[in-house]
Amino acid sequence: MATIYLDNNATTRVDPAVFEEMRPFFCDLYGNPSSMHTFGGQVGHHLDTARERVAALLGAAAGEIVFTSCGTEGDSTAIRSALEAQPDKRHLVTTKVEHPAVLNLANHLVKKGYHLTLLGVDGDGMIDLDELRDAIRDDTALVSIMWANNETGTVFPVQEAGEIAKSRGALFHTDAVQAVGKIPMDVHQLPIDFLTLSGHKLHAPKGVGALYVRKGVPFRPFLVGGHQERGRRGGTENVPGIIGLGKACELAGENIEHENTRVRALRDRLERGLLATVPDTRLNGHPTDRLPNTVNLSFKFVEGEAILLLLDELGICASSGSACTSGSLEPSHVLRAMGVPFTYAHGSVRLSLSRFNTEEEIAFVVERLPGIIERLRSISPFTEEGDAWTGEG
Amino acid sequence: MWDYTDKVKEHFLNPKNVGKIEDADGVGEVGSLACGDALRLFIKVEDGRIVDARFQTFGCGSAIASSSALTEMVKGKTLDEALQITNKDIADYLGGLPKEKMHCSVMGREALEAAINNYRGIETPDQPLEGEVVCECFGVTDVQIRRAIEENDLKSVEDVTHYTKAGGGCERCLPDIEKILAEVRGAMETRAEREPPGPPARLTNLQRIQKVQQVIDEEIRPSLQADGGDLELVDVDGTKVYVSLRGTCSNCPSSQITLKSGVEARLREVVDPDIQVLEA
Repeated sequence: MATIYLDNNATTRVDPAVFEEMRPFFCDLYGNPSSMHTFGGQVGHHLDTARERVAALLGAAAGEIVFTSCGTEGDSTAIRSALEAQPDKRHLVTTKVEHPAVLNLANHLVKKGYHLTLLGVDGDGMIDLDELRDAIRDDTALVSIMWANNETGTVFPVQEAGEIAKSRGALFHTDAVQAVGKIPMDVHQLPIDFLTLSGHKLHAPKGVGALYVRKGVPFRPFLVGGHQERGRRGGTENVPGIIGLGKACELAGENIEHENTRVRALRDRLERGLLATVPDTRLNGHPTDRLPNTVNLSFKFVEGEAILLLLDELGICASSGSACTSGSLEPSHVLRAMGVPFTYAHGSVRLSLSRFNTEEEIAFVVERLPGIIERLRSISPFTEEGDAWTGEG
Repeated sequence: MWDYTDKVKEHFLNPKNVGKIEDADGVGEVGSLACGDALRLFIKVEDGRIVDARFQTFGCGSAIASSSALTEMVKGKTLDEALQITNKDIADYLGGLPKEKMHCSVMGREALEAAINNYRGIETPDQPLEGEVVCECFGVTDVQIRRAIEENDLKSVEDVTHYTKAGGGCERCLPDIEKILAEVRGAMETRAEREPPGPPARLTNLQRIQKVQQVIDEEIRPSLQADGGDLELVDVDGTKVYVSLRGTCSNCPSSQITLKSGVEARLREVVDPDIQVLEA
């Protein structure tokens, strides 16, 4: 059975060209870039190339890129650095729909005595800039707003949000893990101080990421140690990972048009096909301001984990915001913040595409998913009487 | 990815006895859309024996599998035999369930009871069966929590959440669950102590004091310190242990729970079952 991979917001396939680029750095060019000998030192030049490639995708300068191990490290570094560099400011603003890498850190900081304001979202998962304006205080150290939401794909107005933050003297961070490679960006034209990206979301391997730190922004390292990354991140560089990230960013730049035309067209075909054939289905996320590869649908009266298990029987990989898939008992914090009704919240499925998906795959899913929903609805006690039985308990 | 047994997968992919019984003798409904799972069980009864059972379920793979298993298990049983089925029996029938999914088996047992009560003409009230609601998010009562602890030998608040859902939402009721857990565990252990093996050998005063000091220093203080609190052993008088709470513990509203269910329970377990912990 062939695998149809529609879970690219979770992780992506390493592009074979990225893998080829990395290959020599395991057994041949394995030197330490910090070494004094030529054998190690030459590796440093390859790191420079990788850094330039990452910077080029963002519209940044190479010196503004700090390599990290993952998105979570980038988020933690940016947020902790902003707080540490401004010890007199104790307030942080972010949104209710951030990735746990930001949200759980923010909640943790509250226990350490910081103040936190969480911005809500509307039914499309969009933030309200007026709410942001009202939230910022004189002691706001940092505003952190994701560029695009991982579950719904809703794209936030980072330019406007950044301008509001800057106008009030706060630093601005964006978790752009889902946006990089899908949305063209030029950070020097934007009021962004920190930007987090992760390699494995854009066809580089897991275990590597980068943090953009605008030149001149005060910075405190998260990993204190050696002089690597010009003292901004201790620890021997993950050379093969960084080389892979560089190549992946180069390819992402070349493919960004493709993401916004062909991948978007496939996504639209999937979305329209399912909305047209499965009754009682709703789109979760913004109808237009959305990543080109993401569609999140809720099917009324059925439960997401059951859908995923039946998709899995067909080799189709997807994910769900249902309570049961995470081991928690409540549906995704993102869907709850959006106020998705309970009749729909448990039956959400996220399908996220990449440039490796084909028309045939999309046609197969459009053909087979409706039958899965029908089958589960035929078991569900709610299907017949609709919302009449809400039950207790 | 859940580690489901082949039996769970089989009952999920090819569930047995799906659907309604139009002229059912008993119908039991538990759960709701808001909770994320719901089960409606239909039973047909002849001469006090369940001759047919069918179900409709809204829920995840293990909820559907538990419902399917339940219908297979009850067919042919007398009502009294059926009422002996515990949630653990349902999970065992499926070769086990991940602990986060045990509440699916509890839902099965509750639906069975509701269906039998319905047949016997006992009104199942809309608001939970009996007792007081502890968890507002999922509408779980203290009676349900106590029963889950006893039947499944649950030892932590997390286990209680996995089995009953209580505490899985806003988490405000976690201290209440902790209190119930301490009470039920206390009662269970007292019962266990009455049976062999007999009580631990009596300690001399000196031994008892040394043991108390050791447990407090090595186990209790490090865990309190991790939360910014602390505790000091002030005196030991027979089986009375006097302590003083320090740091964040000293003005923590749940400090009494910490003392009773944490410190006292541990000292009773390892030092002397008669120990009483008091604030100096």
